[in-house]
Amino acid sequence: MKKHFSLFLNLLVLSAAIALVGCGARAPKDKTIKIGAIVELTGDMPAVGASSRNAAELAVAALNRAGGITIAGKQYLVELVTEDNAAKPDQSAAAANKLITQDEVIAIVGPNASLGAIPAAEIAEANRTLLITPWSTNPKTTLDTVSGAPKRYVFRACFTDPFEGRVLAGFITGKLRARRAAVLYDVASKAPKSQADLFRQTFEQLGGTIVAFETYTTGDRDFSAQLTKIQSAKPDIIFLPAYYNDVGLIAQQARRQGIEATLIGSDAWSSPELVKLAQGAVEGAYFANHYAADIATPVAREFIAAYQQKYGKPPDDVAALTYDAMGLLFQALNTASAPERQAVRDAMAAISGYPGVTGDIRFTPGSGDPVKSAVIMQVKGGQFAWVTNTAP
Amino acid sequence: MTPASIYWLQQILNALQLGSIYALIALGYSLVYGVLTMINFAHGDVFMVGAFVCFLAATVAGLSFVPTLLLTMAATAGLGVVIERLAYKPLRAAPRVSAIITALGVGLFLENLTLAFYPYPQHVPPLLQNVIWRIGGLALSSLQLIIISLSLALMLVLDYVVQHTAVGMAMRAISWDKTFVPLMGVPVNLIISITFAIGAGLAGAAGTMYSLAYPVIDPYMGIMVGWKAFIAAVVGGIGTIRGAMIGAFILGGVEIMVVAILPSTYLDLVVFSLLLALIVIRPHGILGAPRVQKV
Repeated sequence: MKKHFSLFLNLLVLSAAIALVGCGARAPKDKTIKIGAIVELTGDMPAVGASSRNAAELAVAALNRAGGITIAGKQYLVELVTEDNAAKPDQSAAAANKLITQDEVIAIVGPNASLGAIPAAEIAEANRTLLITPWSTNPKTTLDTVSGAPKRYVFRACFTDPFEGRVLAGFITGKLRARRAAVLYDVASKAPKSQADLFRQTFEQLGGTIVAFETYTTGDRDFSAQLTKIQSAKPDIIFLPAYYNDVGLIAQQARRQGIEATLIGSDAWSSPELVKLAQGAVEGAYFANHYAADIATPVAREFIAAYQQKYGKPPDDVAALTYDAMGLLFQALNTASAPERQAVRDAMAAISGYPGVTGDIRFTPGSGDPVKSAVIMQVKGGQFAWVTNTAP
Repeated sequence: MTPASIYWLQQILNALQLGSIYALIALGYSLVYGVLTMINFAHGDVFMVGAFVCFLAATVAGLSFVPTLLLTMAATAGLGVVIERLAYKPLRAAPRVSAIITALGVGLFLENLTLAFYPYPQHVPPLLQNVIWRIGGLALSSLQLIIISLSLALMLVLDYVVQHTAVGMAMRAISWDKTFVPLMGVPVNLIISITFAIGAGLAGAAGTMYSLAYPVIDPYMGIMVGWKAFIAAVVGGIGTIRGAMIGAFILGGVEIMVVAILPSTYLDLVVFSLLLALIVIRPHGILGAPRVQKV
């Protein structure tokens, strides 16, 4: 009897605890789970932020239509809380803080650009909240600033800069048979700088020569002096690890100076805006990318069709990666033992294979960087066309 | 030609293009200072508005190059007159600090007004067919040629207006003495309006050419370019027209050479150091002459 009573008491306490956790401030809270999104809606790369938000909203809408997620046998709908970081580091950190402390989200997707993703990742790590960045390729995003060890709560849906540098250097020396490369990059921006350095390293290892290694600073509009220097070094290719606004200006000015070297870009090129802005100056250029719409898998085709139908344009790589980041998070939520931040993080770390829009994604234990492949694209007739695939 | 000489000639062309745009803006600072001894800190933002007018003319109205240029110059000239009438004229008798603060305020107003409509950088479509001529290894683009020659033409016209016409004479007279010149029958308000219209119109021309050469425009683009043009005006001797032109080409040359020789991060450091050094050596600029301050 005594035993029964204590069991009854336990159940009572347990149900009271569940009720307490469930109730919170508002009544519908026990039915919804909040996910934060940090995106670059204003600032230097609004096209990136818009794509990311679109894809996140598409993913959430599709999930909720299908009944939401199930954690430990209980159904929840997902609510997306979107914050703009203006593509700035300080506002990214502030947005992460707000989402974690005020909105009490269970996990965060974003920011996309490394300059925002790195500070936001620091905040997420310190607050033991899962953060998945769709597009930040900088190695530092998932590494601890002080010790250099992998962060425990930060993951990404994309490949990393060192991998991209290897892919591009291999493609240039192999397929293009080019030996002389020039690099022009923004020294004041994290992702371009790390990509430029890594490219130089791997390109030289593969027997190439860097004939010019030129810099500019964020906000510069005139690159004529650097381009004249590059031209006099007679490179076969020019590597431009820059965001689309800068690439458009640099490519136009290069052609105006009569530079005919092949332009090579990073994954930051992949925006339809680039072709519009560059006005033909990037025709024939190659760049590394996360996925190619023209060789899509069935999963990807379904996403592309849904995105096209809702927003009237094909998804770019940021959209695809955001969709994958959301997908990874949903899988983590579905397999989590409880609707708690720690449980979601543990479930995320255990994902061994996820068939994403951008290819198969799997994580190795102890690292937030996925193992996945890259593609090389070419600008042909104002469109991005698939050239080749590179396995991890 | 040897590769080295082609290289430096190409860099000189780059410097001429950059200097031409700075010169058109620097003239506005210099003209207004010459006539009113006031630094119009909103001038860089008038240049920015010019770039946006050019963007609207090219995209919404679908105009070609010449109508776009004329419309932009007319719009910014009108803006210059309105700014002077509404913001500066009531303060003409006030302490000079008030006028400077007002000018900064007008600049912030223009930036945020544009920001309200265009929070994102905008792309200006190409208005000119770009042709590249190759002269013994040297590449000269039609855009470069148009920017340099149009700027020089506008500067020559301005120099002629100021030195050889009645309006120009009146401007110089007001600059010399604001107490007695009105007594000689010179319509001071009209002449000041004309001064602002000319200065702002040139900034509009600069905005058009800038957005053709560097077709990504945003509401804050006028700040740094405006500061640089102001430095050019001070280096050349603020208040003198030829000084502003010389200063602008020196600045353009320094900027290009700094990047050609040093890492690009030294660019603004060297430019602003140049200003400081020149102010110490020649407080009135290259062509400026010290003027007795009448209290």
